[in-house]
Amino acid sequence: MAKQRNDYENSWFPRLQRWIAQGGTRLSDQMTEELSEASDAHRVLSAEDVARREVEQAVHQLEIQEHEAALYERAHQWGRTKGAKLIRAFYAVLAVLMCVSVIAVLLTTVSNLPSFGGENNPINNEVSQRYIEKGLQETGAVNIVAGMILDYRAFDTLGESHVLFIAACAVMILLRLSDSGDPRQLSRERMEAEANDRLYEPKNDIILQRVAGILVPIIMLFGVYVLFNGHLGPGGGFSGGAVIGAGLILYLNAYGFAATERFFTIKTFRAVSFIALAFYALAKSYSFFCGANHLNSGIGLGTPGDIFSSGLILYLNIAVGMVVACTMYAFYTLFRKGDM
Amino acid sequence: MGNLFNNYEEACAIILFGIGFTTLLLHRNMIKKIIGFSMMDSAIYLFLAAKGYIAGRKAPIVVSVSVTALMLALTVRLYRRYHTLDIDEITMQARREEA
Amino acid sequence: MELLNIMLLVFILVCAVSVSLTKDLLTSLIIFMSQSLAMAVIWILLESPDLAITEAAVGAGVTSLLMFVTLKKIHAIKEDPKDGETKE
Repeated sequence: MAKQRNDYENSWFPRLQRWIAQGGTRLSDQMTEELSEASDAHRVLSAEDVARREVEQAVHQLEIQEHEAALYERAHQWGRTKGAKLIRAFYAVLAVLMCVSVIAVLLTTVSNLPSFGGENNPINNEVSQRYIEKGLQETGAVNIVAGMILDYRAFDTLGESHVLFIAACAVMILLRLSDSGDPRQLSRERMEAEANDRLYEPKNDIILQRVAGILVPIIMLFGVYVLFNGHLGPGGGFSGGAVIGAGLILYLNAYGFAATERFFTIKTFRAVSFIALAFYALAKSYSFFCGANHLNSGIGLGTPGDIFSSGLILYLNIAVGMVVACTMYAFYTLFRKGDM
Repeated sequence: MGNLFNNYEEACAIILFGIGFTTLLLHRNMIKKIIGFSMMDSAIYLFLAAKGYIAGRKAPIVVSVSVTALMLALTVRLYRRYHTLDIDEITMQARREEA
Repeated sequence: MELLNIMLLVFILVCAVSVSLTKDLLTSLIIFMSQSLAMAVIWILLESPDLAITEAAVGAGVTSLLMFVTLKKIHAIKEDPKDGETKE
């Protein structure tokens, strides 16, 4: 981060920090020493018997929490020194003043905008009129919004789907307990993660299982309905995918990881995300060479109001919905367990 | 005052943006900062929908959950490393370890 | 419909201010979740039903759920039967 200097401790910023902390250096040294002792204590445990590990994990969890609470308390003692409080009050007042001035400037802009919903607004010009009139006949979709984002501007939706995929990959990089590395270390981390999971929730919660048994099929059915009717009514790829993802999360919460891994493992996630995104990219990536416009696909438009009308829009909706559902589920299970 | 009371939707969106921004700046806890950031996102979508444009976007809300998920993943990693969520503490510990 | 619009917007602003002023992390998350729910109704009043379905599924669902799981992972929710308070 900063440059390396030999007399760093005597330059102006550490001296300002020491004035604020008024003797905090000893505290931070004690903290680093105790933190490294805590991680040494972790490593000693991995040599114990596997059968007793669960009970010891639970006790160890409580110890870690008490240790962290003690550290937190002592870290907060630093914040109660006088210099720190002065600077914090100053900063708070300045922040509120700046935000109020930003709001005032933006509100004067709002007061000069044209009226809400007026007919002479510059936004209701001939461009939007043309797309509203010709939308049904050129794209075949009754829902103009779906025709807009998946036919005229399918290039933008390509970018949005990639954003979701990249976000899921990034969260996987940050949170996944990797397969490579020391197997003993890996299994200890995994058992700690699972013990942490089980410490707070009772397994086989009867109320949740009965209610989820009724609700999950309804949610999935509704999600598939919203997905398939994207071009005929409100809904479409993003909405339907979000509902399906929420249904999967409810199933996972009610029945546990073992039941869900029977049909949704990491291989399923990889395969579904990749195939859906590759299909979308193959269908619409010629836009890179056409100046982000679209050409007519060879598929006929059909009669509006049918479910198999409007060319590629139905299949693109399904692809986007699959990516969104897998991403939502991946976020949740990576946070819970650290693995899929 | 112009059109301020006719455009009350946009005005509320701007005030929500300001409140989210204040939350982002004022609190030292990371989770409060993330909540403020998400509120700023919602305010921007409210402003855009109140202006009303034809290229209706349902995508931005799903993108905002990706941004929130990424920030929360970073917070979890920061907590595992420094055992605190206070941004002042994290900065000071990071500077001390590097010096 | 104007009155409903104005009431919902005022509700959202009050929720936003109280999220900022609450000291308890769990409470501020629940208030944030109810703010997303009110936003979902506002989307319907602004005539975009696609945004309403997505906001209801994602904002009041997945985003808040992810934050709850994060709170659990940072040991901020204690199993205290007496007063159930959490870290600041």
